[in-house]
Amino acid sequence: MEALEHEIHAPHRPAFDIPQVDVEERAARRSLRGQIARLEHELADAFVTAFTMGGYELPVARPGEPRLLDLGELERVRDELAERLCSARRSIAERADVQAENRLRLERMLLEPGKYRFVRIARRDVGEPGCGVWQVRPRLGLIGMMMGWWQVKLSSGCPLAGGCGLRPAAR
Amino acid sequence: MEEEFELQAALGFVEEAVAAELPGLRLAWVTVEGGRRKSPRAVSQRLEDLSNRYRGASVVALRSQPIPHAYRAFFHQIGLDPDISRIPIEEAAVARLMQGQFRSTNLLDDALLIGLIDTGVPIWALDADLVAPGGLGIRATVDGDRLGSTEHAHHLAPGRLVIADAQCVHALLFGDVAPGHGVGPRTGRMALFAVGVQGVPSIHMEEALWVCVEVLASG
Repeated sequence: MEALEHEIHAPHRPAFDIPQVDVEERAARRSLRGQIARLEHELADAFVTAFTMGGYELPVARPGEPRLLDLGELERVRDELAERLCSARRSIAERADVQAENRLRLERMLLEPGKYRFVRIARRDVGEPGCGVWQVRPRLGLIGMMMGWWQVKLSSGCPLAGGCGLRPAAR
Repeated sequence: MEEEFELQAALGFVEEAVAAELPGLRLAWVTVEGGRRKSPRAVSQRLEDLSNRYRGASVVALRSQPIPHAYRAFFHQIGLDPDISRIPIEEAAVARLMQGQFRSTNLLDDALLIGLIDTGVPIWALDADLVAPGGLGIRATVDGDRLGSTEHAHHLAPGRLVIADAQCVHALLFGDVAPGHGVGPRTGRMALFAVGVQGVPSIHMEEALWVCVEVLASG
C-alpha cells in the first residue's frame, strides 16, 4: 500500500467579529430550527406515502446560498414547510378517497360485472403497484355480449421493457 | 495481506457565532498524499456492487432515514431547499437511478463517492498545499471575502457559510470548491474534509473519511 501521510492540525479559531445577539431571540431561532426539523421529518414521511400515489407538487426553484437565517427568514421557512406538509396531506387524503372509491367499485364489478360493462380500473387507481387493469369484458366476445355473459379480466401486467419481441431483421 | 492503518482526523474550527446558532455543525479533515489518477478495477467493481444497493424504492425512502433527514433539516435551516439543492447522498442516489449505476470517473471522485454512499456523510477534497497551516473550518463570511484566492475570485455576500482557513475561503458550505482550490493534475497532497450536522454521529464522519482514505490507498 502506498504510504499515506496524515497530518493532524490543532483546531484554529480565527478572530472574527462575533455580533452580540439577544438571548431570547437566539432561543426563538433555536425553537424554530427544531420545528423545521420536525416538519421536515413529517414531510419526508408524507413524501414516501404520496410517492406511490403519484407524488406531490415540488417547490418552485429559487437560488439559495448557505447562510445564517434571521428570525423572520426562519419563520418563513417554517411556514412554507407547514404549508407544504398541509398540502401534501390534503393531496394524500384526496387520492386515498379516490382509491377507496375505486376499490369499492372494483368489488361491485366483481360481484355484478353485467352492471359495469367495459369499465376499466387500473391497479394504480386502487393504490396497488404494477400495470395491470381490471376490465369487464364479454365472455366469448360477441356471443357473450348478446347473451349477457360478462366477466372481469385482469390484464397480465406491464409491457415488456424490450417491446413485443424481436423485430424482423432489416434487409 | 492487507495493510491496516489508523486514521485520526483533525476537527476543524467552527466560528463561535456559527456554532452558537447551529450546534452540531462540525468539520473533520485529514490530508493524504496523491492526486487524481485512474481507478483500479477493484474500485470500479466496488462502485458497481454499491449500485445494487440503490433501487427506486430505497431512494424514495432515503429522506426518512436519520442521516439524510439530518442533512435535509439542516439545509432548510441554512436557507437551502433540499428539494431544489439536493443533499449530497440524494444527489448521488438520483444520479445512480438516472445513469443506471454509480459511474467510475477517477480514483479520487470514486473514493469520495464510496465514502458518501457507505455512510451518507459528504466529503470534499482540496489541494492541501493551498490550506493554511492553521487548518480548515466553518465560518460566516464578512465584507470583502472572496471565494478562492485568485484575482478573479468572486465576492461573497456577508453572512454566507463557508469552508475557510485563516487566509482564504475554499468553498461554500455544501457547495462547490473555489476554482483552482480543488484537486488538479499537479496536486501532490489532498485535504479531505467531511461536514457533519446535528443528528449525524461523529463516528459516521470518521468512517466516511476512513473509507475514502482506504479507497485512495488501494489505488
